[in-house]
Amino acid sequence: MRIELTSEQQMIRAMAAEFAQEHVAPIASEIDRDARFPHETVKRMGELGLLGIMVPEQWGGAGADAVSYVVALEEIAKACASHAVVMSVNNSLYCDPLWKYGTDEQRARFLKPVAAGHALGCFALTEPEAGSDARNQHTVAVRDGENYVLTGRKLFISTGREASYALVFAQTDRDKAHRGISAFVVEKGAPGFSVSKTEDKLGIRASDTAELVFDACRVPAANRIGEEGRGFHIALATLDGGRVGIAAQAVGIAAGAYERSVRYARERKAFGVLIGEHQMVGWMLADMATAIDGARLMTLKAASLKDAGQPYTKEAAMAKLFAAETAMKVATDAVQVHGGFGFIREAEVERYFRDAKITQIYEGTSQIQKLVIAREVLK
Amino acid sequence: MKIVVAIKQVPDTATQVKIGGDPKAIDTAGITWIVSPYDEFAIEEALRLKEKRGQGEVIAVSLGPDRVKEALRSALAMGCDRAIHLNDPAWANADTLATAQALAAVIKQEQPALVLCGRQAIDDDMGAVGAQLAEVLGWPCASWIMEEAVDADAKSVRVGRQVEGGLEVFDLPLPAVLSAQKGLNEPRYPTLKGIMGAKKKEIKDVKAGDLGLTPAAPQVAVKNLEALPARPPGRVIQGEIKDAVKELVRALREDAKAI
Amino acid sequence: MATAYWCIVEDDRKGSPKKVMAEVLGEAGRLAGANVEAVWLTDKASDEGIKQLGAWGASKVWVLENAAFAPYMGEVWVPALAELVAKESPKAIFAPVTSRMREFVARLAARLGAGLSADSVALAMEGDALVATRPVYAGKLLAKMTWAKTPWIATLRPNVFKPAESAAGKSAQVEKPSVKIPAARMKLVERREEVSTGLPELTEAEIVISGGRGMKGPENYVILEDMGKVIGAAVGASRAAVDAGWRPHRFQIGQTGRTISPKLYLGFGVSGAIQHLAGMRTSKIIVAVNKDPEAPIFKIADYGIVADLFEVVPALTDEFKRLLDKS
Repeated sequence: MRIELTSEQQMIRAMAAEFAQEHVAPIASEIDRDARFPHETVKRMGELGLLGIMVPEQWGGAGADAVSYVVALEEIAKACASHAVVMSVNNSLYCDPLWKYGTDEQRARFLKPVAAGHALGCFALTEPEAGSDARNQHTVAVRDGENYVLTGRKLFISTGREASYALVFAQTDRDKAHRGISAFVVEKGAPGFSVSKTEDKLGIRASDTAELVFDACRVPAANRIGEEGRGFHIALATLDGGRVGIAAQAVGIAAGAYERSVRYARERKAFGVLIGEHQMVGWMLADMATAIDGARLMTLKAASLKDAGQPYTKEAAMAKLFAAETAMKVATDAVQVHGGFGFIREAEVERYFRDAKITQIYEGTSQIQKLVIAREVLK
Repeated sequence: MKIVVAIKQVPDTATQVKIGGDPKAIDTAGITWIVSPYDEFAIEEALRLKEKRGQGEVIAVSLGPDRVKEALRSALAMGCDRAIHLNDPAWANADTLATAQALAAVIKQEQPALVLCGRQAIDDDMGAVGAQLAEVLGWPCASWIMEEAVDADAKSVRVGRQVEGGLEVFDLPLPAVLSAQKGLNEPRYPTLKGIMGAKKKEIKDVKAGDLGLTPAAPQVAVKNLEALPARPPGRVIQGEIKDAVKELVRALREDAKAI
Repeated sequence: MATAYWCIVEDDRKGSPKKVMAEVLGEAGRLAGANVEAVWLTDKASDEGIKQLGAWGASKVWVLENAAFAPYMGEVWVPALAELVAKESPKAIFAPVTSRMREFVARLAARLGAGLSADSVALAMEGDALVATRPVYAGKLLAKMTWAKTPWIATLRPNVFKPAESAAGKSAQVEKPSVKIPAARMKLVERREEVSTGLPELTEAEIVISGGRGMKGPENYVILEDMGKVIGAAVGASRAAVDAGWRPHRFQIGQTGRTISPKLYLGFGVSGAIQHLAGMRTSKIIVAVNKDPEAPIFKIADYGIVADLFEVVPALTDEFKRLLDKS
């Protein structure tokens, strides 16, 4: 067994790393402080092909694989977790299902502009009473001739405010419970569709997390993705891919915090020696490096299974669980390595610490990942 | 319009370089290789020229061992149409002149209207190949160019070359050789599509014999590499700013005799 | 037998050799004793200039004076000088590193089929052979270079070699050889002068002040220029400052900018990234002012002050003023 990126994957990583260090890293602190969405750099990410990595060229994407996607996403996340979540949502939660379940006509209308980076997409599943329990959908879609009429609220939707297209899940048949859920693309500006608020958050502050309201919003039947009642299946399959993306984001956050810690440990002296030479700090760095390597390998494994067309639900959940826990632990220790300096904004590790937390929560909390893994193990 | 861009693969600036077992060369283990940054300005300028004219071909050429393919692949990912790899152990000790002669032989076959290169490669920093290439070809050249514009019928190029205190603007008849200075443009990143498409493009391997060349013995050679002499330990001047500044000026005057 | 060491003259384009020629002639003299000759391609050579070259140690000055030599064009200069080289077979050809010499000497070496050591920082005889030392890999290592045959062709980094003392008594024999001057295919359109800062040119200055990211913005460089005026220093910038758009690229010191080697370098708010060090690490005395005690520049600085540059710079300018008023 050889673990080696192909020449293309290496070039993609190098490009993403260079772009991230030169254009994303310099603004990361400022956009975090101001909770400002980075339109300019997100647009450039689209031009570079980072927003539609796995979509075939015919549909506006780059035609690369999931491994390319995770190595690029890690590099972006290393510089800024907010950019990374926008990238992850667009690639995994919007483009992926549109490519997989959309008709050619739907791909041309709803996928191509988003994969090419001209517009952003979002994924609207979570509701006030449907978080971890995603089956409990209250948003309804009632068929009315050639349209559906959507009514309900979606909560904590990443890129919800900035997206031009939302992939929305709603109940078309309440009696069938989660087998009565269907998926729709709703375009920004559709009558009855509005963004009611944007959340003020602990981390990933430069990305927007919004509440979407559907007030008798009429959506053409042609916007339904997949058959009626296939929505929940689409959502779950999409989240498998999404988890690989969040795992990559978490690895990037951990790697960014770790690299800062190593640099600091090489420069800062205490009791007459570099702090890295103190055993307790050295141990923390060793633990960080080991966990990050493990998380990265698990993420790459899940991605390569996806590329091979093999089942990867369990591996995606494991990678996401382990990477998220690693990100939180590493970022916490990174603040500790920096001591008092780590607690102030200038050192930047506190941003990684705040950003890491969300990776344990969104696209399935760590607890939900364990449920998924357990279910797979007991199959 | 056909354009040849001559590029060199060099160690990344941030890479630690160590003298190798053979003290004439560095230890290449663990080195990250990149396209020399000035060459990226040359590639970018060639691509912009092609895009502006709506037609043409950009060919990247490089001399070096097998690993140089990666650099050529990067050039293809940025948008060059094809690549030529001067790959022959006979060139292992090529100095700038032997390199210029090899490049000139390929360029004579390709007959481009313009040759672009970087003002220098950031490994040995000799900065000679562009000018020497022009001499071997017998073409006019302009070094350290900051701006460039080819006329409508691709007969001449107007360039601004950086000199002390200003910019000298020249018209050169084509074909000509130009070396790029930073400031000429902002090189693009390869896009994902470009990277994915690069593997479908041709990288042609060329040996000295294919060009009818027998590389001459180098005219200059590295006898050995040496580490920099250590600087004497510095001194951080402590105290109130007012006093520190006074002490600094005294030391510069009396100890260092630098002012 | 070829014995002469030729020094190609860089001039101020107004008929006088540049000061850097004292360094080139001085080094050639150290290696070759009396066998030092100056070669001057120019549209106008002043008598004072020729005298100056003699005073710096040239025993002979070859004057190739022709309107076609200005402005410098490789395709005109190279065949003209190559013809003279063929006739006279000098043992070595040296020139200072300047924008045009860099290209000219490289092109000449190709014409002659000879070896070149560009940007040399030391020259020494080992037995009968010349050995040049030149920085490589962004100045992280030094390479010792040898030639396969003469002429030994080298360019010399300014401010590194010990200049010849000007000896008023010495005078040079003047030769005005006739050489064929080819027609130029390239044509000068215009020369755009940079807005003069009133300060010395970066690569020629004996003292260079540099401002980095710590300068916080373009408007603050005026405090460095004020200091520059007091001590006669050029003002440069780090890549971070240039990339931020605070200073034009021509002021950039470093790997993708200018390489400098002044007697005194003063860095303010410069962190000392590898790529900046590549352009200034051969400076003789390095002073660093930065409020971050961990800034890498302190590792190579001779003198450092850990403080806010905005407090240090005005105080230092005043102190320099006081010192220079006294002397």
